[in-house]
Amino acid sequence: MQVRETTVPELDPATDLDTTGGGGTTPPPPAPVPRARRAKISWTTRLEIALLAGPALLVFLAFVIFPIVVAGYYGFFSWQGYGPAVDFVGLRNYLTILQDPSFHEALLHNGIIAVLSLVLQGPVAILLALLLNRRLRGQSVIRVLIFVPYVISEVVVGTGWSLMLQTNGALNGLLENIGLGGLAQDWLSNPDLAIWTLMVIITWKYVGFAVILFLAGLQGIPEELTEAAAIDGASFWQIQRSITLPLLGPTLRIWAFLSIIGSLQLFDLVYIIWGQYVSSTAGTSTMVTYMVTNGRNAGSYGYGSAVAVVLFVISLVVALIYQRFVLRRDTEGALTGKGGKRG
Amino acid sequence: MTATIASTPAGRTSVAADRLDGSTGRRRRGRPRHPSKGKAPLQRGNALVYFVALVVIALMLAPVAYIIVGGFRTNSQITVDPAGLPNPWNLQNYIDVITGGVFWNQVLNSTIAAVVTTFGVVALGLMASYVIARYEFRGRGVLYSVFAAGLMFPMTVAITPLYIVVKSIGLMNSLGGVILPQIAFALPTTIIILVPFLRAIPREIEEAAFIDGCSRLGFFWRMVVRLAMPGVITVGILAFIASWNSYLLPLFILNNEAGFTLPLGVQAFSSQYSVDTAKVLAFTSLSMIPALVFFSLFERRIVGGLTGAVKG
Repeated sequence: MQVRETTVPELDPATDLDTTGGGGTTPPPPAPVPRARRAKISWTTRLEIALLAGPALLVFLAFVIFPIVVAGYYGFFSWQGYGPAVDFVGLRNYLTILQDPSFHEALLHNGIIAVLSLVLQGPVAILLALLLNRRLRGQSVIRVLIFVPYVISEVVVGTGWSLMLQTNGALNGLLENIGLGGLAQDWLSNPDLAIWTLMVIITWKYVGFAVILFLAGLQGIPEELTEAAAIDGASFWQIQRSITLPLLGPTLRIWAFLSIIGSLQLFDLVYIIWGQYVSSTAGTSTMVTYMVTNGRNAGSYGYGSAVAVVLFVISLVVALIYQRFVLRRDTEGALTGKGGKRG
Repeated sequence: MTATIASTPAGRTSVAADRLDGSTGRRRRGRPRHPSKGKAPLQRGNALVYFVALVVIALMLAPVAYIIVGGFRTNSQITVDPAGLPNPWNLQNYIDVITGGVFWNQVLNSTIAAVVTTFGVVALGLMASYVIARYEFRGRGVLYSVFAAGLMFPMTVAITPLYIVVKSIGLMNSLGGVILPQIAFALPTTIIILVPFLRAIPREIEEAAFIDGCSRLGFFWRMVVRLAMPGVITVGILAFIASWNSYLLPLFILNNEAGFTLPLGVQAFSSQYSVDTAKVLAFTSLSMIPALVFFSLFERRIVGGLTGAVKG
């Protein structure tokens, strides 16, 4: 998309701001000191910038950035959540985490979930998006219905599915009714099955989001291309493989990024369906359930903070690697502020 | 890609509106309405497409239907045949939930949290996006990157320290302690979606407004808010639904039952009445109605807004 530079020439503060070294990016209130030497107008502009961006930046720094910094601090203490943190333990929390077999298990589960999410949801969602991108009667109704599980809260999904999957629940009852009672399983607490059950639920819940994202991406592909290919005799699937999918690349890569990060952060569904104790025996514990179990629920806020830091570092490393090697070509120029070169 | 975006705000909106109903809009512009020769092979595949779509929809809706329909059964019906239909249909579970005070109290809490969060996110996000999209200053890219980096820090990572921060400013057990962090964590998505919308406002309009004596702030209040409406509605809905469904943060912040939002309420209810499966199902299905209604009213807007963001 073409980015229009909005500069009105006589307002241009760019050269002027060189001297203040990016003063506009520090938390605006207190407003930047009017160091402008040449134009009064640039002082007003800066005030406006501070006024408009200030509140958002303040809230963002206070509730997103600051807590992460605080976590780094409390991670070095053995702290029960009240009074000042005095019991400095250095790196002991981190050593405990990294040596704890149940953390290793949780990390492994997160990895499995991340990979399986991509493998299961990706192809299904692409197929559905391609099908739904064609002319269909009732297309918008279909789209709403596919998106329904995504809109329902994790708590509702977890409560509903766990009732349905109990040993005497609806799924086993249904299998019984259609004469397949032999297939009835303990879907939730059998350690061989539980992670697959979780994957089915995750796929069910989040595939709609992928479909909607892909549909949005598909609509950005010029119809002329596919029409030209069709005139040249390409089949529907040939067109999808050679034209649509490559052009959908950026959307796919963004989705995969969101999916991986989401998998690393998975908590609600597991915690609601399995609870803190069953999740580790059933093999569905995740890093965040580990954090809540051993941090807040155990009253060890210092330890919980340390787990948060580990989780954060893992997510950050994954995100940076992904951005460096996969997203790079998509975001090039997007973050430099002169993004007009794209599109 | 550039070509599909018209250059006037009216055009921008209408393109967005076209896109809302998916390919129909494209078809209208792209080719004549009468079926052309090339359509024949597509026609043949359509039966298969409809079949697949039906199967998918059935799979998507079955668990939801199980929750809703299950609420109309009695516990003895559920015990005898877990997968059966209500026979007879029984309204008592729903009536119990609706006439009890607990449910409505939680609806009220959830509504307050969601509405305030939504307005907060839209107001703060729109203002910051306006700066990023339309002001020229050093550090603009940095400002954008700071917010965009927020995407990498979902609330789960920061939840323990966030709890400590909220506690230390005295907002424990109050909806404010849920709302402020929710606003903060919704800002990255909001800004990323809104910036392209605001950039698409043509400079001519802005210049015309300035010539007519409008200040930049005046332009913001009078024009930008209205021109960015499709994007604003999208981020508003996303923020509303995220807040309505939010679980982890209220779990940490809200400890007494009077302050519970619906997700906490559902969980508390289902452990309190764990033997009364039918009632749990009724409570659960009632709690998902508002988000569903809200979403189905605005679904087209969401797709439209995402399209703008993905393209931008």
